Formats: sequence, C-alpha cells, structure tokens
Amino acid sequence: MAGASMKDIKNRIKSVESTMQITKAMELVASSKLRKARERVERSRPYFNTMHQALADIAYSNTDFASPFVTPRAVKKTCYVVIAGDRGLAGGYNSNLFKAVAAHMEEKPVCVLPIGKKAVEYCERRGYEILTKEFAVAEEVSISDCFVIAKRLSNGFEQGQFDELYVGYTNFVSMLSQNPAVLKVLPIYYDRTQAKDNGPQSLIIYEPSSEAVYDAIVPEYISGLVYGALCESWASELGARRTAMDAASKNAGEMIEDLNLKYNRARQGAITQEITEIVAGAEQG
Amino acid sequence: MKSFHLQIVTPDGPCFDAQAEKVVVRSITGDVCIMANHAQYITALGMGQAKVAVAGESQPKTAACIGGMLTVTKNEVRILASTFEWAPDIDKARAQLSKEKAEKALAGQLDPVEKKVQEARLKRAIVRLRVAEQ
Repeated sequence: MAGASMKDIKNRIKSVESTMQITKAMELVASSKLRKARERVERSRPYFNTMHQALADIAYSNTDFASPFVTPRAVKKTCYVVIAGDRGLAGGYNSNLFKAVAAHMEEKPVCVLPIGKKAVEYCERRGYEILTKEFAVAEEVSISDCFVIAKRLSNGFEQGQFDELYVGYTNFVSMLSQNPAVLKVLPIYYDRTQAKDNGPQSLIIYEPSSEAVYDAIVPEYISGLVYGALCESWASELGARRTAMDAASKNAGEMIEDLNLKYNRARQGAITQEITEIVAGAEQG
Repeated sequence: MKSFHLQIVTPDGPCFDAQAEKVVVRSITGDVCIMANHAQYITALGMGQAKVAVAGESQPKTAACIGGMLTVTKNEVRILASTFEWAPDIDKARAQLSKEKAEKALAGQLDPVEKKVQEARLKRAIVRLRVAEQ
C-alpha cells in the first residue's frame, strides 16, 4: 500500500513540476513582450502629441471655429470601442474591463467595435450591435489597422450612425496595477470661451481652410487615441498575465515542497515497515 | 540653393531629419511644393507621391506619403504622415495583395461607410504601387 501511494505522490510531483514549467515560461514571455509593447508606445508618442497639439491650436486660434467633431448633439446611440485580450489566464484583466464598460453603458442603446477575441465573444454573448469583427486578434492589430478603425468611426460619426464615441481600455499604471477606464473620444471636448482671435504675429495659412484641415486630421487623432489605448491595454494584459503566472508558479513551488515532504514521509514509513518485518522474521527464526 | 530643416515623423518613429532644398507632397487639395523661407503654413495631407530634394544630393528621393499633415513654422518644415515609405522600401507584394482585397470587397454590396473605407484602401495600394514602380 505504501508503495502505491509513493508512486502516486511521485506522479503528482511530476505533473505539478510540468505545470510550473509552463507558468514560468508564460511569465517570461509576458515580461519580454511587455518591454517591446512599451517601446512601441514610446516610439509613436511624438507623432500623436504633435497631432494633438495641432488640433488644439487650430480649434482655439479663431473664435468662429466650427466642426461637426466638436459639436455635441442629442445622443440617440453611443458607440464603444472595447479593447480586451485574446486569451484568458491573465487574472481579472478581461472581466474587470467588461465590468467597467458595462457599468458605463448602463442601459443605453449602444453599438460596439470589439478588439480582441475575448471582447468579440463577450459582445456577442451580451447581444450588442457589433460594427465589425475584423479586429478579433488584439495582438496583431497594427497602426494601419488603427487608421482603418479611425476612418470607419469618424465616417460613422459624421453620418450619424452614432452620436458619441467612447473607448474602453485598461490603463497600465505599473507592473502590479492595471485600471480599466472608459475614455470619451467624440465629440472632441472644446471650450469656446477659451478661443481667441489670432494676433497679426502668429498668422498661419491654413489650406484650404482651418475647418477642412481640422476635419482631415481628426481621424488621425482618433487612430492615435485608439492605438495608444490598444498599446496600454496590451501592456496591461501582459502585466496582469505576468502577475497571475508569477502567483501560479509560487503556488506550484509550495505544492511541490509539500508533496516532497509527504513523499519522504511515505518512503520513511515503507522502510520502517520493512525493517520491522525483517526483525520479526529473524526473531521467529 | 537655400535649404531648410525638414523632419518627417510617422507613428513608427522618425524617418527623416536633415536639411532639404525642396519638398513636394500631395495635400487634400493637390500637390504643394515647399521651399526655403516659406510662410507659416498648415495643410492636411492626402495620398500621393512625395518628393524630397535633399541638400547636397542631385537626385530627389521619392516616397509614398499617406495621410497626416504638413506644417511650416519659422522655416522648419515638419511632415506628420500616417505612413511614409521611401520608394525602395515599399513592399510591392503586400500592396498588390491589399489592392486585390479592396477590389474584391468593392465588387460586392457595401454600406456607405464600409465603401469609403475600402475605396481609401484601394487608393492607398494604388499610390504605393505607382511610387514603387517608378
């Protein structure tokens, strides 16, 4: 009996060890990908910062500025871009985001553009109107995909498919903490009282007009926001996965220790029993 | 010829930062050429070929420049492009594939928003192919 349980324990140890190898590997993969993800954000930042600055400069440089993208209108439908992961095993990463988005949506009529496999699955399950399922793999969404997304969203907004646009993503605060957030994108916040007319010094030629330039740049701005949110989310997913896998590896380590103790105890028991049997046999002889 | 400082930045990082004598880009209303000492100027870019005459080089460099904007402030020219690819760097096979995909999508029934997206995609692919083949 002791032999059988020793073998059981040994098998158990082996299986936990191989699980630990997997969680360790996943943790390492997540950390190395995370570094790349953050570098990618850094590289794209100057472009979008300048873009954002230009938008603000244009909007606030004359008092009679008007664009459909800054004009709030009655909200009949709201659009959400929901950015989640492609895979589970990342702690509460996906479910936390869905909770935050659902709380923000309340019971409004909405349409969604899910990014990431888990987001597509979630939106289908909840029965939301889905704009496109083209971006089901969050890991592979590139900057050019973001431009396509932004074009689609800004066209949809102009044509009245929806009247407000939000992006639901996860903010990467640090390795250990990631916060889901919902960001308002359209209409763009614009405080008319801040606008002032250009003095003669800073005369800038806008071709063909400041409004036309503004409206042409808005999709770029949206794609920048979506890309930024996507990178943040991707980094958060990796961070969450790393933490979850780290905890799993630790648990596995503890389990192995525990099992080793049990194994040694069982082995000791078996030896003691054998000796007792031998001694008893010798005494009889 | 007088030169000016030209910077070209894309979301993938900077791709040109040097003195240039002349730059031609396609804006949303047509081609514009910027030379040294241009007045302060901002325009949005369309899709088309860009030509950069680099100071000290006899041949101008060509590129496919898509989307974004061009600003001139105090003789500093900055192009912020969604994509900017020098002619030798263009992946022709990918552009061809993208063109075929867009054509196929446009052949079917599409809602107006989707149609615009696919048309833009087709146009981008055509621009890149044309620049690459010159």
